[in-house]
Amino acid sequence: MEKEKNHILKEVTNSEYKWGFVTDIEMDTATVGLTEDTVRFISAKKNEPEFLLEYRLKAYKKWLEMEQPQWAHLKIPIINYQDIIYYAAPKKKKELSSLDEVDPALLETFKKLGISLDEQKKLSGVAVDAVIDSVSVKTTFTETLSKQGIIFCSFSDAVQNHPDLVKQYMGSVVPYGDNYFAALNSAVFSDGSFCYIPKGVRCPVELSTYFRINAANTGQFERTLIIADEGAYVSYMEGCTAPQRDENQLHAAIVEIVAMKDAEVKYSTVQNWYPGDKNGLGGIFNFVTKRGICKGSNSKISWTQVETGSAITWKYPSCILLGDHSVGEFYSVAITNNHQQADTGSKMIHLGKNTKSTIISKGISAGFSNNSYRGLVKIAKNATNSRNYSQCDSLLMGDKCGAHTWPYIKAENSSSIIEHEATTSKISEDQLFYCQQRGISTESAIGLIVNGYAKEVLNKLPMEFAVEAQKLLSISLEGSVG
Amino acid sequence: MLLNIKNLHASINGKEILKGVNLEVNKGEVHAIMGPNGTGKSTLASVIAGREVFDITEGEVLYKGKNLLDLPVEARASEGIFLGFQYPVEIPGVSMTNFMRTAVNEQRKYHGLDPLPSGEFLRMMEEKKQMVEITAKLNNRSVNEGFSGGEKKKNEIFQMAMLNPTLSILDETDSGLDIDALRIVANGVNKLRGPENATVVITHYQRLLDYIVPDFVHVLYEGRIVKSGGKELALELESKGYEWIKDSL
Ligand SMILES: Nc1ncnc2c1ncn2[C@@H]1O[C@H](COP(=O)(O)OP(=O)(O)OP(=O)(O)O)[C@@H](O)[C@H]1O
Ligand SMILES: [Mg+2]
Repeated sequence: MEKEKNHILKEVTNSEYKWGFVTDIEMDTATVGLTEDTVRFISAKKNEPEFLLEYRLKAYKKWLEMEQPQWAHLKIPIINYQDIIYYAAPKKKKELSSLDEVDPALLETFKKLGISLDEQKKLSGVAVDAVIDSVSVKTTFTETLSKQGIIFCSFSDAVQNHPDLVKQYMGSVVPYGDNYFAALNSAVFSDGSFCYIPKGVRCPVELSTYFRINAANTGQFERTLIIADEGAYVSYMEGCTAPQRDENQLHAAIVEIVAMKDAEVKYSTVQNWYPGDKNGLGGIFNFVTKRGICKGSNSKISWTQVETGSAITWKYPSCILLGDHSVGEFYSVAITNNHQQADTGSKMIHLGKNTKSTIISKGISAGFSNNSYRGLVKIAKNATNSRNYSQCDSLLMGDKCGAHTWPYIKAENSSSIIEHEATTSKISEDQLFYCQQRGISTESAIGLIVNGYAKEVLNKLPMEFAVEAQKLLSISLEGSVG
Repeated sequence: MLLNIKNLHASINGKEILKGVNLEVNKGEVHAIMGPNGTGKSTLASVIAGREVFDITEGEVLYKGKNLLDLPVEARASEGIFLGFQYPVEIPGVSMTNFMRTAVNEQRKYHGLDPLPSGEFLRMMEEKKQMVEITAKLNNRSVNEGFSGGEKKKNEIFQMAMLNPTLSILDETDSGLDIDALRIVANGVNKLRGPENATVVITHYQRLLDYIVPDFVHVLYEGRIVKSGGKELALELESKGYEWIKDSL
């Protein structure tokens, strides 16, 4: 019996990434490596205004002075930054005015991913800004949204059409010198999404982007900027699957969110980048800087993430609670299997009075993986009567994986309350047996139990994502019983 | 014969718990197993259900004429073996609806059937809930989480009703039930009784056997069935206690 269990374990932890495929598209690429010229090339390619080129160059210079951080609980292979191509765009024959003009191979890719840019999405109420490699190919819904004054477009379009907004807010939450990967992104970012919700407007649809890495040896440097003006509301979803590759691919994104007085932004992510094969070969290196600022009073930012992919994840969606009575939330499920490594968590920086934050983190580790929660709750002296509640749970499958929790707490006043709870558990033999005795297979039982464990977080996802996320959890963990 | 246990020996961590159990159960029969604490009643139930922590060192178990010990736990369940747990397990975050739907559909899949349509499944839930007189809103609650002792036991019988097993082993389903709940649970079991299935009830109390009248009563003592008889054996045990068994060995 024990042998059979090991067999199942092996068979299923060996399950290959199910979304691996490669699309053949002509590329328009920068030469390999990163120099000042590369930065200028990218900026010129994108026909950028002077201020942006300057910003990029400042970031590049800063990056040269910095070193890749080593503090995370991650074993990061040496990354040769001169081996990476920093810009790749699908070759456009001319300006696209309809879907018929889009490269059929690209459309095929979208199909495989289950993204439809056609009427179906419209009917389901989702506006999609699809990013393939580095350039936005098609933006839908822009018109409908623009009637309400909502701007939802690619970052490049925003640079061309709304340079003042970009100039005002870009780097205001994540400065270019914030960290090594942020500096890199700020120097070479290719494209991404931009969203502005004007005063008092509730965005009527869930905004979503799909990211995808597609060219071999091409770094991806996405940049997203979301601004919710006074009293505005938006729910934003980001999701991705990536094709299978043997080479490691670097992904260093930046997401910045600005919430003004009484505004609310919900940002949800399902991250399923290629995690590498079962031996730990290949997979995406995902170094992401996500941060929001609750600038005005009573504003609110929620991060919800389901992280199942990437070989290495380095990611700490954070909130700066500047406005009085502002609220920050972080809900996370992070799964690691095989040889995946994740070091993820959140920072809640309380600066305003009566600010409130919640951190719910559910880590699940299987195989030989390592899964760490790293969090900082800082309550500044003037942030009186503030509160934080953190709950960090770890679930282990098998005895070859690791789970770690590093919660840092800094409270500088005595009227605030910080609560922290942490648990580590295993899927119990009792629970498995109970399910199996009802006829439920080991695989399904694990799926059930894990989804139950992560329910608090999954419940925070928009409906469209919740279903997808539940499937992902089961798939990522199939058979990893200990 | 539905179940035939021959000279079954089982141990855990090298400690032998079952030391040669013999038991025959035919379709349509109700058997009661009694015996002092720690003599191996739950172990016997777990071994029949296929719990892996126990090592079978000797003997065999035939079910519907086939070697039961070859089958994994979930296949035994789909073949109609149901275990009512002495200590039902909590599964946080998993709703009863989701749990039962998965169980019912996986068992259907085992038999080559399509999943039950959602509407039909929910109707079945309601119908079976009534059978065990569960009034509480069960569907959206997590499996056994926050259930009272009695609710957990009723929930076991509810699941039994949902899965319609051939051989039910109810391990102390009567413990912790108030008089009304005991009657309800017993009624449920009796309603599910038929010529094609069999029930093994493990109990400490003769009281349950007033409601679920057994065809046979066995005494399990130190890993062996040392005495078998009709329902009057239960009464005798109740008046004389286990000392009587010990002395007669
Ligand atoms: N997982 C286990 N690990 C170690 N010992 C165990 C385990 N399960 C059962 N045992 C031991 O096996 C023996 C029989 O236990 P079992 O639960 O079968 O008794 P029982 O007859 O059902 O008792 P009760 O009437 O109290 O329910 C006991 O001594 C118990 O401690
Ligand atoms: Mg027992």
